Amino acid sequence: MAVITYRQAIKDALAEEITRDENVFVMGEEVAQYNGAYKVTEGLWTRFGDKRLVDAPISEAGFIGLAIGSAMMGLRPVVEMMFFSFVYVAWDQAVNNASSVRYMSGGQINVPLVIRGPANGGTNVGATHSHTPENLVANFPGLKVVCPATPADAKGLMKSAIRDNDPVFVMESTVLYGEEGEVPDDEDFIIPLGKADVKRKGKDLSIIAHGRSVLMALQAAEELKEKHNIDAEVVDLRSIRPLDEETIIESVKKTGRALLVEENKPYSGVGAQISHLIQRRCFDYLDAPVHRLSAVDAPAFYSPPVEKVQLPEAPLIIRETLDMLNVKR
Amino acid sequence: MAEIIEMPKLSDTMTTGTLVNWLKQEGDSVSAGDMICEVETDKATMEVECFEDGVILKLYAQEGDSVAIGQPICAVGEKGEEAPAVESGGDSVSSGDDKAAQETESKAQPAQDEASSQEPKQAPKPAEAETKAEDAQKAEEQDVEDEEKAADTTEGPDIRVSPLARKLAKEKGLDLTLIKGTGPAGRIVRDDVLKAEKEGTAKPQPKQAPAAASAPAAPFIEEKTFKVTNMRGAIARALVGSKAQSPHFYLQIEVDGKPITDLRAALNHKLTNLPPEQGGVKFTVNDLILKAATEAVRRVPAINREWKGDTIIQHGGVQLAFGVAIDDGLLTPVIRDAHAKSLRQIAHEAKELIGKARNKKLKPDEMSGSTLTVTNLGMFGISDFYGIINPPNAAILSVGATVKTPIVDENDNITIGYRMKVGLSGDHRVIDGAVGAQYLSALKDVLETPSVMLV
Repeated sequence: MAVITYRQAIKDALAEEITRDENVFVMGEEVAQYNGAYKVTEGLWTRFGDKRLVDAPISEAGFIGLAIGSAMMGLRPVVEMMFFSFVYVAWDQAVNNASSVRYMSGGQINVPLVIRGPANGGTNVGATHSHTPENLVANFPGLKVVCPATPADAKGLMKSAIRDNDPVFVMESTVLYGEEGEVPDDEDFIIPLGKADVKRKGKDLSIIAHGRSVLMALQAAEELKEKHNIDAEVVDLRSIRPLDEETIIESVKKTGRALLVEENKPYSGVGAQISHLIQRRCFDYLDAPVHRLSAVDAPAFYSPPVEKVQLPEAPLIIRETLDMLNVKR
Repeated sequence: MAEIIEMPKLSDTMTTGTLVNWLKQEGDSVSAGDMICEVETDKATMEVECFEDGVILKLYAQEGDSVAIGQPICAVGEKGEEAPAVESGGDSVSSGDDKAAQETESKAQPAQDEASSQEPKQAPKPAEAETKAEDAQKAEEQDVEDEEKAADTTEGPDIRVSPLARKLAKEKGLDLTLIKGTGPAGRIVRDDVLKAEKEGTAKPQPKQAPAAASAPAAPFIEEKTFKVTNMRGAIARALVGSKAQSPHFYLQIEVDGKPITDLRAALNHKLTNLPPEQGGVKFTVNDLILKAATEAVRRVPAINREWKGDTIIQHGGVQLAFGVAIDDGLLTPVIRDAHAKSLRQIAHEAKELIGKARNKKLKPDEMSGSTLTVTNLGMFGISDFYGIINPPNAAILSVGATVKTPIVDENDNITIGYRMKVGLSGDHRVIDGAVGAQYLSALKDVLETPSVMLV
């Protein structure tokens, strides 16, 4: 098993799928000759050429529409958003058309489309470039959304997304691109959509997170164990929709407490959805109210010192956990 | 055209009246000047006069209802006329709860104003930014916790327990009321239940004595709940107000009770058996004390004062209130211009007022405008006590029983004394200890030389 970066893991997934299936192609702004704005596609154009790596004009609505059309005709496009925030200019294509085609054609036409790219805040790129729209996309029946936290998950989920016959949004993170981790070499290594992963076993509470928050939760869990002898279980959702409800329920039934962490905004966020699930399915098992941590409910702060605290970091998770367990801090 | 008769305002402090008794029924003819019902206010029970001629069409309030001022109690019109529907029907009879709610509402207002007046907060300093942001992330949680805490105080003895702990306790047959919660805000959590199970501390208590015991004992006294009457409510409000606003101080003086006992015995010996027209009268100890209290004011007028916030009034005459215990409360009728009245007049008036008080026939103006109050529990064998000042007075006297007790006389002999203790509760805003002491000293002098009251 090789230790590679999250960026490399995605690149490997793309390369393997391009190699495996002649219908797969990557399209987006600067993905080919420039090697990608965040170098995820670095070297792929040289390796696979113009037909498989397509530089698109700055026109998301145009090229996502084009991708949907090509997917309806049998190709398997992987569209890169330089920032996921740019998907809004193609909102009609991305969420309206992409989500509806299979339903409106009575199941005759599939849209095996992947839209991928970084969807994260915390990098001082301003309020219009820092969105985490996984909750918005997940609101549309017909769309799938995944948020990998580790290199292995990034690779496994990307390959599943490409092989899936429905539109799948893969939300990455520029902060995670450089993170390293063990990734299986097997070319058929995939992670099925809709499978959460218990990243750390514990008995005192379940910290349920996705994306970069998973890493924060793991970091917090280590310190909670070390300093307070609190044994936190960390559940990585990986897939926002479809959602692995059973893994969540099993964990909360075991620990009796749930702390939901996400970089999403709180209002109608992913945590709100899971919070409902837990109270509905685990009510008699709850030893504490469900607690939530999310981004501060405001546009992404630009001021660097304030931006640092907009997203929930490990110390906040520790603080919240201690409050939940009524442990003095 | 039918007229709706509304609950009138029968005293200055009245907000609701209890309809004690209908003197007229639906269908009865009434003419202006007829009394139609009896209403108990916070001070007295009074008859309500009708100002219309006609027939009682409908009684909107039932006997026993508490009706707010201005709410309809009945309709008077021509025979056969339809009674007007009153707003919201039977609910127009408002209960005391409504009033309480309104009061709470109006009291809540200043708190809000206070909160909004703090509104223009300064922008957070950079150093605070981090905490602020974290707080914002936690804001939702905090709101929830606050709500839970607020709910706590109103819910009373409900226990806080997590769903899991509740389920576990039920499974294990443990009594949650015996388990101490260690979770946030004292919530009972899983670990508390498991600990209680391990330590065996929350086994449910047997509800009854062992089977050998006979049938449960009959109740010792009847257990029941009373509605707070207007009078009790008025007493409660007045005395809470007094204790809250007047800083009370307390003095006591011991008086030789012999002279006044002797004087009363001598007077009654001569006068009791005479017919009234020949001056027949029977004095009570209280009559003599009322007179003595009035006389003492002549010597220390500062006791006859009233706190007005910016000013203090010294009243020119003594309006002397005295406490009368009645079945379910206490009334304080007032002897007007007691300073201008003889012992005989005071005795006569006191007797009349006591009679009215016991029959709840005192009119509001017979219970207001006092400048000094005397209470007496001597007849119950209470030797000394202190009263709560009867607003707007500056002081209240509390008179105990005359007790036979060994004393050391002026010749240093131990002899039998008749001692009476008189207490004074003073409002320190108006009078100081020295004034109270001077007054008690003057009162002692009068009581020990009671013939001065006769001139």
